[in-house]
Amino acid sequence: MTEEIIIAGFGGQGVLTMGTILCYAGMMENKEVSWMPSYGPEMRGGTANCITIISDTKISSPIISKCDTVIALNQPSVEKFEDAVKPNGLMIYESTNIIEPPTRNDIEIIGIAGADEAAKMKNTKILNMIMLGAFLAKKPIIELENILAGLKQVLPERYHHLLPLNEDAMKRGMELAKAAGVTA
Amino acid sequence: MKELKLMKGNEALAEAAIRAGCDAYFGYPITPQSEVLEYLSREADKRTGMVVLQAESEVASINMVYGAAGTGKKVMTSSSSPGMSLMQEGISYIACAELPCLLVNVNRGGPGLGTIQPAQGDYFQSVKGGGHGDYRLIVLAPSTVQEMADFVELSFELAFKYRNPVLILTDGALGQMMEKVELKVQKERKFEDLGWTTTGRNNGNGRVITSLHLKPDQMEEINIHLQKKYKTIEENEVRVESKNCEDAEYIITAYGLVARICNKAAELAREKGIKVGVIRPITLFPFPKKEIKELTKNAKGILDVEMNAGQMVEDVRLAVEGKVPVEFHGRMGGIVPSPEEILEKLEEKFIGGVV
Repeated sequence: MTEEIIIAGFGGQGVLTMGTILCYAGMMENKEVSWMPSYGPEMRGGTANCITIISDTKISSPIISKCDTVIALNQPSVEKFEDAVKPNGLMIYESTNIIEPPTRNDIEIIGIAGADEAAKMKNTKILNMIMLGAFLAKKPIIELENILAGLKQVLPERYHHLLPLNEDAMKRGMELAKAAGVTA
Repeated sequence: MKELKLMKGNEALAEAAIRAGCDAYFGYPITPQSEVLEYLSREADKRTGMVVLQAESEVASINMVYGAAGTGKKVMTSSSSPGMSLMQEGISYIACAELPCLLVNVNRGGPGLGTIQPAQGDYFQSVKGGGHGDYRLIVLAPSTVQEMADFVELSFELAFKYRNPVLILTDGALGQMMEKVELKVQKERKFEDLGWTTTGRNNGNGRVITSLHLKPDQMEEINIHLQKKYKTIEENEVRVESKNCEDAEYIITAYGLVARICNKAAELAREKGIKVGVIRPITLFPFPKKEIKELTKNAKGILDVEMNAGQMVEDVRLAVEGKVPVEFHGRMGGIVPSPEEILEKLEEKFIGGVV
């Protein structure tokens, strides 16, 4: 198993954190992991993205231009990364913010209204966990309990009271994906 | 029990410095390597008593390294391209005075103040003597976060073995990316009188460390000695990694992170039925001349890939002595080539784009 993922959105939406959680969780399952952030001026208010690779075998290049999955949290990310998905790959997009969804017909496209759901759960910051949940519903490459353990590693201790909320958000994301007919 | 951590390249390097028993770090912040200073400021003193000092400039940093290295302590600095340029005078002094130390360049896009994205434009500066005079650094080029950590201890070993500054030449991407890293156990910081260190007279004859030798015959003696040392280093310290070169029709040469992108390009090539191998020099000085010549002797062509306008390619050409055609593909200014792009260039330059 090798899963190459590009996660992209606005700075502050938690896209880099999503990748970090996957890496920590992957490590707990003795998988090979790599996380390559976009860094520089674009992180300060603009768009941010990271390439996250989880694999059972040694990872050659941490930098890729074609990937298995793109998770897009804003409109510019759809435009920038839609073509990066390999044929038969997966694109998950946040359908509240993204008004022009991806259009390719050789990939699977899943829209998740993560921002709406986060607002319903009264914390817009958990959007990233909802989207991560939706991704794991489609591709359960890592055990849920390890994802939660990974989250614990990433979240500074002073925010650990928010762990249950984040867990709920991820499960909600999984439910949303299943309700939209997504199966693993 | 293995201690595995998920770390950024810069952090892994800083952590490895603490664990290698490094005594002092002098540096000045610059993107994309500021994490080294940040991490050491936070962790080093409380754990081992290592001195971590933010100097007023890169010029000050390197001269602090010069002074501290003269006492025989394990000392280091790190910077990124423009900062390394500022240090070159001091590095030349250190090389002449034959002091062991670790320098780290997390290469960013240049020339000038440039960009903060990854690049390899400092190859010439690193391996050909960036400062004045005939001197060489031992230059190590890591390609994984693990090597960012491992090469710290190796650098100190080599630096003390040869009394020569060692440079870890890496780039912004490797500094910023995270991977698993297995950490070594903490080494004790220890002090030894190495016979040349300036640590007080102790009622004996004072020792002098200097790079000023006004008499030309004396200066020539020193040069002859240095050249002899560099020759010994060339004979004994070459490190190189090769992948699938045995049956390869084409070979890609690349160093650092780019070599890994080339590994992926080689995998893609093999899926298409083109036999491609990859050679990655780990030491850029000493350069693996013989190894490259030997490994490429049956190849139809070599594609050298770098994030610059073509620097290491000159050494590759010298190594193969015109026996194998060498082509070059490079991206500049902070752009990282993709595996697909590298394969496309290889096909275009050698196979004419038709496979």
